[in-house]
Amino acid sequence: MPAPARRIPHPREKRMVFANIDREGYTPDIECYLRNGGYAELKKAVTLQPADIVAEVKASGLRGRGGAGFPCGVKWGFIRPGETKPIYLICNADESEPGTFKDRYIIHQDPHQLIEGMIIAAFALNVHLAYLYIRGEFPHGAKQLETAIAEAKAKGFLGKNILGTGFDLEIYVHRGAGAYICGEETGLIESLEGKRAYPRIKPPYFPAVLGLYQCPTIVNNVETLCHVKHIVRMGGAEYAKLGSPNNTGTRIVGVSGDVVKPGYFEIEVGSITLGELVNDLCGGVKPGRTIKAIIPGGSSAKVLRGDERFKIKAKAADGTLVEKEIGVLDIPMDFDTMAACGSMAGSGGVIVMDDTRDMVETLNNLNHFYAHESCGQCTPCREGSLWMRKITDRLLAGGGAVSDPELLASVSNNIAGKTICAFGEACSWPTMSFVAKFPEEFAARAKKQVPAFTPPEFLSETLIGESI
Amino acid sequence: MSNEASTPAPLVNVQIDGAWHQFPKGTRIIEACSQVGKFIPRYCYHARLTSPGNCRMCMVQLGMPKMGPDRKPELGPDGKPVHNWVPRTNISCAQDVSEGLSVRTDSDVVKEARKAVLEFLLINHPLDCPICDQAGECRLQEFSVDYGQANGRFLEEKVKKPKHVEIGPRITYDAERCILCTRCIRFMREVAKDDVIGIVNRGGQNYIACHPDRALDSNYSLNTVDLCPVGALTSTDFRFKMRTWFLKETKSICTSCATGCNTVIGSRENLVYRQTPRENGDVNQAWMCDYGRLAFRDLASPERLLTPIVRGGDQPDWNTAFASIANAFKLVAPGQTAVIASGKQTNEELFLAAQLIKALGVTLHDIVPHTSEGDDILLSADRNPNTAGAKLLGVSAATPGANLPAIADGVRSGEIRALIVLGEDAAQIGLSPFALKNLEVLLVLSTLPNATTAAATHVLPSAGFAEKRGSLINKTGRLQRLNAAVQAPGIARDDWEILSALLGTLTETAPGFATLEDVFQAMAAATPAFAGLNLGKIGDLGVQLPTASF
Repeated sequence: MPAPARRIPHPREKRMVFANIDREGYTPDIECYLRNGGYAELKKAVTLQPADIVAEVKASGLRGRGGAGFPCGVKWGFIRPGETKPIYLICNADESEPGTFKDRYIIHQDPHQLIEGMIIAAFALNVHLAYLYIRGEFPHGAKQLETAIAEAKAKGFLGKNILGTGFDLEIYVHRGAGAYICGEETGLIESLEGKRAYPRIKPPYFPAVLGLYQCPTIVNNVETLCHVKHIVRMGGAEYAKLGSPNNTGTRIVGVSGDVVKPGYFEIEVGSITLGELVNDLCGGVKPGRTIKAIIPGGSSAKVLRGDERFKIKAKAADGTLVEKEIGVLDIPMDFDTMAACGSMAGSGGVIVMDDTRDMVETLNNLNHFYAHESCGQCTPCREGSLWMRKITDRLLAGGGAVSDPELLASVSNNIAGKTICAFGEACSWPTMSFVAKFPEEFAARAKKQVPAFTPPEFLSETLIGESI
Repeated sequence: MSNEASTPAPLVNVQIDGAWHQFPKGTRIIEACSQVGKFIPRYCYHARLTSPGNCRMCMVQLGMPKMGPDRKPELGPDGKPVHNWVPRTNISCAQDVSEGLSVRTDSDVVKEARKAVLEFLLINHPLDCPICDQAGECRLQEFSVDYGQANGRFLEEKVKKPKHVEIGPRITYDAERCILCTRCIRFMREVAKDDVIGIVNRGGQNYIACHPDRALDSNYSLNTVDLCPVGALTSTDFRFKMRTWFLKETKSICTSCATGCNTVIGSRENLVYRQTPRENGDVNQAWMCDYGRLAFRDLASPERLLTPIVRGGDQPDWNTAFASIANAFKLVAPGQTAVIASGKQTNEELFLAAQLIKALGVTLHDIVPHTSEGDDILLSADRNPNTAGAKLLGVSAATPGANLPAIADGVRSGEIRALIVLGEDAAQIGLSPFALKNLEVLLVLSTLPNATTAAATHVLPSAGFAEKRGSLINKTGRLQRLNAAVQAPGIARDDWEILSALLGTLTETAPGFATLEDVFQAMAAATPAFAGLNLGKIGDLGVQLPTASF
């Protein structure tokens, strides 16, 4: 793989997990990692009680960086003390959400940080077998991880009797075959078990209770596990000072789309606004253009309109909650405010679209992705994702019927919340939000009249064939 | 149920559509609702298979008890818990009832969710009901009427998938009709223990296929057709033969082996079109094997014996035949007769055969064992459905078949002058047509011609398993009822009638039996195992006989 262009961190970034990414002279081998203080936190961690590490992670307020933002310490707390079944740790490196590109840099440039985070997590959770599930599209990353694991083993950080503590751990790299759904934690577990990656129903199959091989299993994102290392270094309380309460630490956001300098940035959660991210860190949109829309947290997050305004409750200086109105660019990059504005911080993939973008075309692009990636296990998503794609296909081909925007909204509503896994929301939220927020663009393409009952002559080709 | 003896599960209070009920812990929500008359529509859920929760049809709205600050449920004015309703719908097939749970099966949210799922299932469905074999017993049709919507909103091209795929020797698959509920996959994996089918492709292109170089050829494959809630898997045998709504359904049992699977025989205008398993948790759960299921074809054989045949005579009526038999037996001294009965006969027939054996002073009598490879699912190695009855009623030797060599020897040596064969072929015990010529009288009851009927002095046409009534005892000692779905062809008669008439013909003191119930009554009076029973009491699911009887 050719070396990517080096980037100098922006002054407003706070590099922690990405401290070594694109650093001049930094190499992914263990010697370089050790020279830079690597595995010091592991050495510290093994002197602690596992329960204390879990407590530190809880105190840190770390929220999962995979997309859902679930508190990591709470997740770890689901493992019952005195568990008799084997406990598994799985690192979810199936980074597939369109617009998201953070884990791949850790894997390619600083794999030992991840390995160290995994070993600490495994020690804290009494795990002796951990899997690193990496998407099939990262062949180089998989090799890199295999090498890193072998290096760590040779140095005694992995394998039997780690650092003379009597603690054993093996990490295996498992490559996916190229399906978005393998990033869903129960789908991932099925895939790891050698089956079709059909997500499991919850209840009863909560991974922490009935996970891999029906044993308690913790599935964490790559970035989340890297943060564990830093929590051990700083202590949970110190880590929690970064960011704001309930939105602690740093996180990596990846900006793509119509900005001058797209890329990744590690920021203190909530320390900068969406506007600062786009305009300062990314150099703003191209000259003469304006921001039409932003998808703030990976392609499944609901789109925000460039001129949208939100009423949110914010904490005033005296601690009371006051309602204030903010624009899209004023939204701080954290979990809670983003959710309060009707979208989500998700996986940190920010997609910016300027005024040259056709929103129907954009939605159609997303719909193609989700229709292609739906696993097809449960009815609403299997049928609905394809249906939405076909409707936007037809809108683009000139066959839009007046009823289509309403139909799109209805179909997406019929999927969300009715499926086995969160893919239902992931595939329906784009449609739901695009149609709701850009009604004029959809209406412009939906002009044909279709009778309520549809005779065969109103099949889609007939509609498309007619001149508008 | 095996756990009946152990302590019963504790009861939990559950509110369903406003009314409080009690259910044993561990009851699925979907089952609990059904038990109180609130049927929940479902496609993928089957009580005897695991729940994947994939069809999303069994949506209900759940309410959890609202917890007060003391972590105890808050009680309303009626003293019952107040609920926090989950705003979204949940599936009811994968979750058990819990204390204080509340379920809404017909709220607007639930109705909307079901309507939406049905719409999704139908947008790419071919809607070829007029030519679909499932029509009439299709859950898509039924639930569309009950929970669906009338107008379509789908303007697009439907997805094209493989059609009329021969997925196995007895099964045809139509992927476009398939709703991917995976019941067939789970059945093959969990019950038939032959994990041979699975889903291929992804998303909207998914369909069911066989593993490479394999076929859905298990002896249990046709159960997938019963399980299929739509017309995706159809029986190649039954396909295009008869509309299901024309079928008359008769509850009966399978007579192809000693298991005695409970069945429904589907017939129309005196023709049997199919057999399907009938649920009986004590016998066959909800399944039957393909071997037994398709064993009805001989009933409609053009070879069927239609009238009594007396050697050297015209095809006479029954009275002439019985007169000839009476005359023939006058030439045979007591003790010169042997009887080969059958483990396929009903208890009533065997009881009458035993009477005949006694009246004629027969000492050599037995049944012909039929064994073949069995399995540990349903199929029994003993292919006689009523070996237990034949033993109980004293027609069989203690070890079935033990007397057969002596009978064969007696026929060859000429010591046996008369042989009565009830539904078997003497060739199977090594008696050649030449040896059979030694006999003064060879009286055969049969449905089809064979080597023995060809050599017989008297052939009496009897009824096939779907043409007669009676009771049989399976290998576990369960007494079950056989019922007549169709009439025997020609002037063939139910075997018990023939045997009862024979008894009248050959003995002077024989009681006349007017009905099968009379025969059972006499049999029950003479057999302690049947004490207190009658055909009505056996019921549709049979009764377990005391094990001491065997």
